Amino acid sequence: MSDIILSLKALTIAYGGKPAVHALDLDVHKGEVLSLLGPSGCGKTTTMRAIAGLLQPASGQIHLAGKDVTQVPANRRGVGLVFQSYALFPHLPASENIAFGLRLQKRPQSEITERVKTILQAVGLSAFSNRLPAELSGGQQQRVALARALVMKPDLLLLDEPLSNLDARLRLEMRGELARLQKQLGTTMIYVTHDQAEALALSTRIAVMREGRIEQLGAPEDIWSKPSTLFVARFMGFETILGQQVDGRLVVLSAAVQESREAPAAGLSLLARRPDDVVVGSGPYEARVVAASYQGRATEGLLDTEFGPVKAEILTDRARLVTGETVAFDLPVAKAVKIPGARS
Amino acid sequence: MINRLSQTIFMLIMVFLLGPFVIVLLAGLSAGETLTFPPQGLSLRWMRHVFTVEAFHTSFMLSLWLAVASTVLALLIGVPAAYALARYPLPFAESIRRIVTAPLVVPGLVIGLALMQYVVVRFDVPVALALLGSHTILTVPYVLRVVGASLAHVRADMEEAAYLLGASRLGAFMKVVLPNIRAGMLAAFILGFITSFNQVPVSLFMTGPGVSTLPIQMLGYMEYTFDPSIAALSALLALLSVLIMMVAERALGLSRFM
Repeated sequence: MSDIILSLKALTIAYGGKPAVHALDLDVHKGEVLSLLGPSGCGKTTTMRAIAGLLQPASGQIHLAGKDVTQVPANRRGVGLVFQSYALFPHLPASENIAFGLRLQKRPQSEITERVKTILQAVGLSAFSNRLPAELSGGQQQRVALARALVMKPDLLLLDEPLSNLDARLRLEMRGELARLQKQLGTTMIYVTHDQAEALALSTRIAVMREGRIEQLGAPEDIWSKPSTLFVARFMGFETILGQQVDGRLVVLSAAVQESREAPAAGLSLLARRPDDVVVGSGPYEARVVAASYQGRATEGLLDTEFGPVKAEILTDRARLVTGETVAFDLPVAKAVKIPGARS
Repeated sequence: MINRLSQTIFMLIMVFLLGPFVIVLLAGLSAGETLTFPPQGLSLRWMRHVFTVEAFHTSFMLSLWLAVASTVLALLIGVPAAYALARYPLPFAESIRRIVTAPLVVPGLVIGLALMQYVVVRFDVPVALALLGSHTILTVPYVLRVVGASLAHVRADMEEAAYLLGASRLGAFMKVVLPNIRAGMLAAFILGFITSFNQVPVSLFMTGPGVSTLPIQMLGYMEYTFDPSIAALSALLALLSVLIMMVAERALGLSRFM
């Protein structure tokens, strides 16, 4: 019990009159990285802002390190937050941005100097301490924002899509950096993102959110390979959702059925597969290639099958997909993931 | 051909804009007894004379005090107002903005007459207070516009960041917002100062016996005396304005706000 840093109890948040988060229960353990993953509007940022104290929940409680902090204002919660926009103070150099919170605590100058120096080293910015934010690159600004939050040694660090403003290469680099820092400092983190790859790479556990509720909570491996609902399956890249009828016949569920929240018709069990699970070039079925797009390592194609449209992705050196041609293919049922059921 | 034409137009515009100033300057440098152009000989005689007229001295001090006090007041009102308008989804925000910036477009004579009839006379407001109040009303729009423009660059999440690092709401404003709108506040101060210092139409209604701002004093002086000292004083004031604007442009890049 004692290793629970954050505990949300029936947290409900209304935003502009409408409920944005519904009775959320969540425990975050010391030292773990928990991702709140979901599309925009799913309530992940709202939840994070409530944890930080920037939003007052309509009901429910937030416990931080064993204490109820629901009514404690943000400036006395001791929660760190790295903003999507970094929110650096433009008039202060990097070192003073980082020292900001320590100065407010009236720490002795020697301690401030020491702690700022240490954290600058940790994020690899020692040479840039005197630069103003405008004189730093996006990645460097990101590091300053991180250092500014970490130097306070928060019980809990919240990160709001911290990598979304970086280009692809830098994003990957910062992702590794973030993981390294987290290991080094052991900081408990809540990581808000809509990027499944980021969540999978960084998280101890992932909470997939949808419309203000947690749809599935689990280790990255479970979320990736054993989605518990259609929504999670689709969000994690399962493109083709098949229903298997009692007699074994397969049918591809239409997009409308996939989107709907109603449970599938009785007797249908749901099988989900990713495009790269489809075998092309051999198999008992035949299909026409409706569209093909070359991606370098792999080719993506859309097959018009007797079950319905199926997305396929094959490695380029295995087989070729040419629009208009007919190919043999297989949907190995054994490789498909069974989804327990749609959420009602 | 077109080049010649545009050059001519450019010259005409410059003459039109700067001509009056040149005429006033030369008239002020006249050695003669009356206000004439071209000047009758050149001397600094009237420039010196300006400083010996007691009424100019007291009204200059009043105008200076008025300009500083009303602009400071306008900042005290305008900065929080601009902040509130920028940060909070206030009801009628657009209407508030329009009403407060109305003095920019409503003719000064109208404002002056209205203020005198419905406020100064009815409530028997002392002259100094009437002047201060009216000039503050005239300078608030500049503060609202200019400070509002620089507030647009201070994102709300900067304040939230300061708040989460332990600052109070007020502390976050003082430590994060204020330093980042300082340039805008200085620019607003200069604009407000010039607006108040050069104010004629509204001041006409507000000044009373024995209490006069410099521009009003100059108008009065001209009614009875026709020597070149008014031209000399005008030239000096214009040079002062140019100086202030140059310093402001050099220091802040004032043109960004206008």
